[in-house]
Amino acid sequence: MEALQKIKSTAVPIPVENIDTDQIIPARFLKAISREGFGENLFRDWRYEKSGNKVDDFILNNPIYTGKILVAGKNFGCGSSREHAVWALHDYGFRVVISSFFADIFKGNSLNNGLVPITVDDATLHLIFEFIENDPNHVFEVDIASQTLKINETHTLHFDIDEYKKECILKGYDDIDYLLSIKDKIEEFEKQQELY
Amino acid sequence: MTLFDKIWDAHVVTQIKGGRQVLYIDRHFIHEVTSPQAFSGLKTRNIPLYRKEKITATADHNVPTKNQHLPITEPLSKKQVNTLLQNCKDFDIPCYGLGHEKQGIVHVIGPELGITRPGMTIVCGDSHTSTHGAFGCIAFGIGTSQVEQVMASQCLILNKPKTMRITVNGALQKGVTSKDIVLYIISKLTAAGGTGHFIEFAGDTIQNLSMEARMTICNMSIEMGARGGMIAPDQKTFDYIKGREFAPKGIDFENAVAHWKTLKSEDGAIFDTEHSFEASDISPMLTYGTNPGMGIKIEDSIPDTNNKKALDYMGFSAGESLIGKRIEHVFIGSCTNSRIEDLRQVADFVKGKSKAQHITAMIVPGSKKVEKQAKEEGLDKIFEAAGFELREPGCSACLGMNEDKIPEGEYCVSTSNRNFEGRQGPGARTILASPLTAAAVAVEGQIVDIRKFLSN
Ligand code: SF4
Repeated sequence: MEALQKIKSTAVPIPVENIDTDQIIPARFLKAISREGFGENLFRDWRYEKSGNKVDDFILNNPIYTGKILVAGKNFGCGSSREHAVWALHDYGFRVVISSFFADIFKGNSLNNGLVPITVDDATLHLIFEFIENDPNHVFEVDIASQTLKINETHTLHFDIDEYKKECILKGYDDIDYLLSIKDKIEEFEKQQELY
Repeated sequence: MTLFDKIWDAHVVTQIKGGRQVLYIDRHFIHEVTSPQAFSGLKTRNIPLYRKEKITATADHNVPTKNQHLPITEPLSKKQVNTLLQNCKDFDIPCYGLGHEKQGIVHVIGPELGITRPGMTIVCGDSHTSTHGAFGCIAFGIGTSQVEQVMASQCLILNKPKTMRITVNGALQKGVTSKDIVLYIISKLTAAGGTGHFIEFAGDTIQNLSMEARMTICNMSIEMGARGGMIAPDQKTFDYIKGREFAPKGIDFENAVAHWKTLKSEDGAIFDTEHSFEASDISPMLTYGTNPGMGIKIEDSIPDTNNKKALDYMGFSAGESLIGKRIEHVFIGSCTNSRIEDLRQVADFVKGKSKAQHITAMIVPGSKKVEKQAKEEGLDKIFEAAGFELREPGCSACLGMNEDKIPEGEYCVSTSNRNFEGRQGPGARTILASPLTAAAVAVEGQIVDIRKFLSN
């Protein structure tokens, strides 16, 4: 996993609620055998018509909106637990997703892949959408170490992140690195475990 | 202490800051869809597979259910299945691929081979891993990164879930099965009612169920948003396991049983949440909408709640009854209801009857072993005479990743576990039900109350 400390970027807004993982990456793309390339099919059925032509009014097809931060409506990432949804967002270039609620498993999968989910209250989410609408070039700043999201000079807010996961993201470690570092403890456990 | 706490605590390797725990995993099941990226992760990082003997692999999600002796024709499915075979070869893991006598849906083969046992921690990159909880173990689905973690270390870093007990007491009406029990519970608690919890099912109704029927309940525990479901092991559990291929034998088995008998929630154990239901309140159940929580008793009409999007998709209206609705397809299969007991129940009912002319009725056994046993018992002849097609094992129309899909706009009464939009194929309309109800619907060609056929 890559290390992430600060993200300073413009943001892409999708003010839709209940975006499920089937929309983020449709089931037919689950037949791939690698983690790469899912970005191409991110929001596939919203981005492209059946013919393969781009859907002009979908936000990812609008060159005005770019950046490493995705801002989405409430209950982002619900539905199937497919991790492919997170891979698609990450592969496309997103490193932060802001919403007012995340589905549990999506949140877990994100943190395991270096995609930072930031939960804000509804009013703040609304405010962020407004900032982007007024100026698509508006830059937001996320600082993982201090757990802050800077919206502008006067608005900086604190967000929650699990202590252990925060360290992983800052250092670019994942759970495997940690688990391998406690191999002796695991072996010790196996020795005393009675198996039936 | 609850059963859940006993097993969980016995598997904690260490605590880490922030409250997370490192949980040791006893058994890891893998299949072709969620394992390839985990294997390539190990390969790229040059991490050895830690405990290969704790992995069981099978191909189920993508496999065709016809002509399994021939190569898979769909190129992407073929590639995924072949990748699994190759990875298992590279890492020296036994793999039950297509045509193997032990092949089948991952949650069907674990129990039938005696790999799933009480007191274990079991994971698989698949949400319905909860099925195994019927044996009194902690079994839950994980993401692909976690599949890789377990491959690398046999452990996961987790927050301990909350506990919930759901108690069902009393005698069931005739024609009401464990599938109806769980659909009823989900309809009461909603598709999010179990969020953050691990559920223990208890009460005499649950204890009186067979192991197969218990698996159906635990299978669908995650459809109420729970992390998993479990049932305390008892004599029925031990009898089921005894003599199975990977089960302990002789004195080892006796010792195991002595330990397994300690696996139950103590009197007075505190659960974070409790619910209880009366078995006599439960009728044959159906879903009318697009999540498993949208279920009703067959005699009830569709409620008028905020579900217009779902009803439009299904082509139903609030206030109407489902009885008499014309159905085009019946699917009997999936890890919820594809075990031998399910097939026997269906065969019992359809014996001497025929499916309605316009219906396609497909039965997909959960495993090669189930298929073989069904044939040995002559169930295949009964199905054939009734116009039902007995296929070869796999996930099939449960998720439509292979060619078994329900055409757009058509109705399927299905014994599977999810009725999401497009789950059984783009535009397909799924009504979840028990195998018994599904069999009756196939015969009548329309939705019918199974109790009509049963004398008391
Ligand atoms: S049968 Fe359906 S629910 Fe069960 S493992 Fe296969 S796809 Fe998943």
